[in-house]
Amino acid sequence: MAMPHLSARLDTKGSPYLYVLPFFLLFGAFGLFPLIYTGYVSFNDWNLLDAGEHRWVGLANYSELFHDAYFWNALGNTLSIWVLSTVPQLLAALWIAHLLNHRLRARTGLRMGVLLPNITSIVAVTIVFTQMFGRDFGMVNWLIGLTGIGPIDWQASTWSSHLAISTIVMWRWTGYNALIYLASMQAIPHDLYEAAELDGASSFQQFRRITVPMLRPTIIFTTVISTIGGLQIMAEPLLFAGTSTPTGGSDRQFQTIALFMYEQGFREFRFGYASAIAWTLCLIIAVFAIVNFLLTRRIANDEK
Amino acid sequence: MTILATPPTAPAETEEPRPARRRSFGYPRRASIWTYAALLAIVAGSVFPLYWSFVVSSQTSEAVAQVPPVLIPGGHLFDNIARVFDSTDFGRALLNSFLVSGSITISVVFFSTLAGFAFAKLRFRGRKVLLVLAIATSMVPQQLGIIPLYLLMAKIGWTDHLAAVIVPGLVTAFGVFFMTQFLGRAVPDELLEAGRIDGCTTFGLYWHVVLPIARPAAAVLALFTFMQAWNDFFWPLVVLQNNATVQVALSSLASGYTTDYTLTLTGTLLSTLPILVIFIVLGRQIVGGIMQGAIKG
Repeated sequence: MAMPHLSARLDTKGSPYLYVLPFFLLFGAFGLFPLIYTGYVSFNDWNLLDAGEHRWVGLANYSELFHDAYFWNALGNTLSIWVLSTVPQLLAALWIAHLLNHRLRARTGLRMGVLLPNITSIVAVTIVFTQMFGRDFGMVNWLIGLTGIGPIDWQASTWSSHLAISTIVMWRWTGYNALIYLASMQAIPHDLYEAAELDGASSFQQFRRITVPMLRPTIIFTTVISTIGGLQIMAEPLLFAGTSTPTGGSDRQFQTIALFMYEQGFREFRFGYASAIAWTLCLIIAVFAIVNFLLTRRIANDEK
Repeated sequence: MTILATPPTAPAETEEPRPARRRSFGYPRRASIWTYAALLAIVAGSVFPLYWSFVVSSQTSEAVAQVPPVLIPGGHLFDNIARVFDSTDFGRALLNSFLVSGSITISVVFFSTLAGFAFAKLRFRGRKVLLVLAIATSMVPQQLGIIPLYLLMAKIGWTDHLAAVIVPGLVTAFGVFFMTQFLGRAVPDELLEAGRIDGCTTFGLYWHVVLPIARPAAAVLALFTFMQAWNDFFWPLVVLQNNATVQVALSSLASGYTTDYTLTLTGTLLSTLPILVIFIVLGRQIVGGIMQGAIKG
């Protein structure tokens, strides 16, 4: 059926916009707009209990934040947990990818096994690990007890809680990153290794001189993604406490910034202050993502 | 966190060389016994926490408080499941999660394919800029916009309504990126031109030509989207206080003043089961989806 000229023109010129519109409309309304509006809220004294009343206070929330010891505590915890989980995670992922990059029987089964932790929910994973890290009947304490180390109250101190939470994060994400590395490793031309072999390079030298430099873009990618995700950690420290208090332990020893935001926003109902925390965290994430991008680019360059 | 991947190209998993006969030091190398041992240990470590939650959920509370721990399943699984359904409205939570994840999955696949078609195959002013914009949005930490989103939902009266979780999830930047990548490779331009000559409208092309071709990638996208929606926690926790999804119900099970681990780990097992079934049946496609994405990287 032939169409009238005008409507055909309208169809080819106009309809593409119609097709991409739902995405931009919905993302704008529920993704981008709230994030920007957070900025506006953060300049107000905005309390849910005042029935939506709010008062412009300028930078007061930010200046309070910079003098808030709880904020600096949460920042320290976030960075510590992030480093403890990300660095070993990416190194382990590199090693696992190297192991998977062999001619293997049951190849798909092994890859699925490695990926399994990533498909389970954070809530489920954290609950299981919190049980395993239990002080009295936990499996971890039983295991280290065999070597003669006394039972550890994992929630109680800063270092032990950070270690436990990092383990949870690591368990969930290492396999995923390993598969990403594996895919890139498979794209490296084989003759590079064959040439190195003829030159007498050991397999570790090959790994260091060929594999790692060739994976450069992927390593940068995973580092940036882990930075953006790792600095927003909230569910693990919330559930690791085992109660519904979002303070991250009795002395806030494992409260992260995102958890601090949740506490201020949805327990104290200080929306203005919580928004200031959100925007500050956003800024921190942006800075760290860029720094990590530049840093990994340089390190990977030096390997060559 | 977003899962990043790109869709499978037509013949998935063929990039791997068949075991080469020619030389013993062909690449990739044949795995030694130590490689297998290390990999099996890693897989055991991956599986163990889930196995452990199964063990605990089939025991009595007394049995779990034993040192050394019991490592073999007991016979109390169904008692514990019954207790979970008694102590919270877990059935409702499961239903809610199915409704939320199902609606989000259908919507994300539909809108992503539509936008992906436009970005990959149609010519229009501003296409490149809009595409870059769409991809860049996947980096935005959306979780940090949670306060105005809550204020918005409170204003329109959606708190404790599933719509509050479904509507913001209707589109994802990842989905658009994923389908754009796939359709760009998989849909031949000649086919679209032929359709035009036959008098197809643009939407007709989408419906009759693009959708059938998009099916394998749409399936992978559906898997990712469903799993992500099912596992989502922070936003539902905030906005669905009295109408919990599975993850929220699970977190309140675990936040009691005295924690009953047989109860909470049974809940964990139940909440993981649907995802686990999907993974066991379609794990190959999921692994393929993640790996195909990385090659571009």
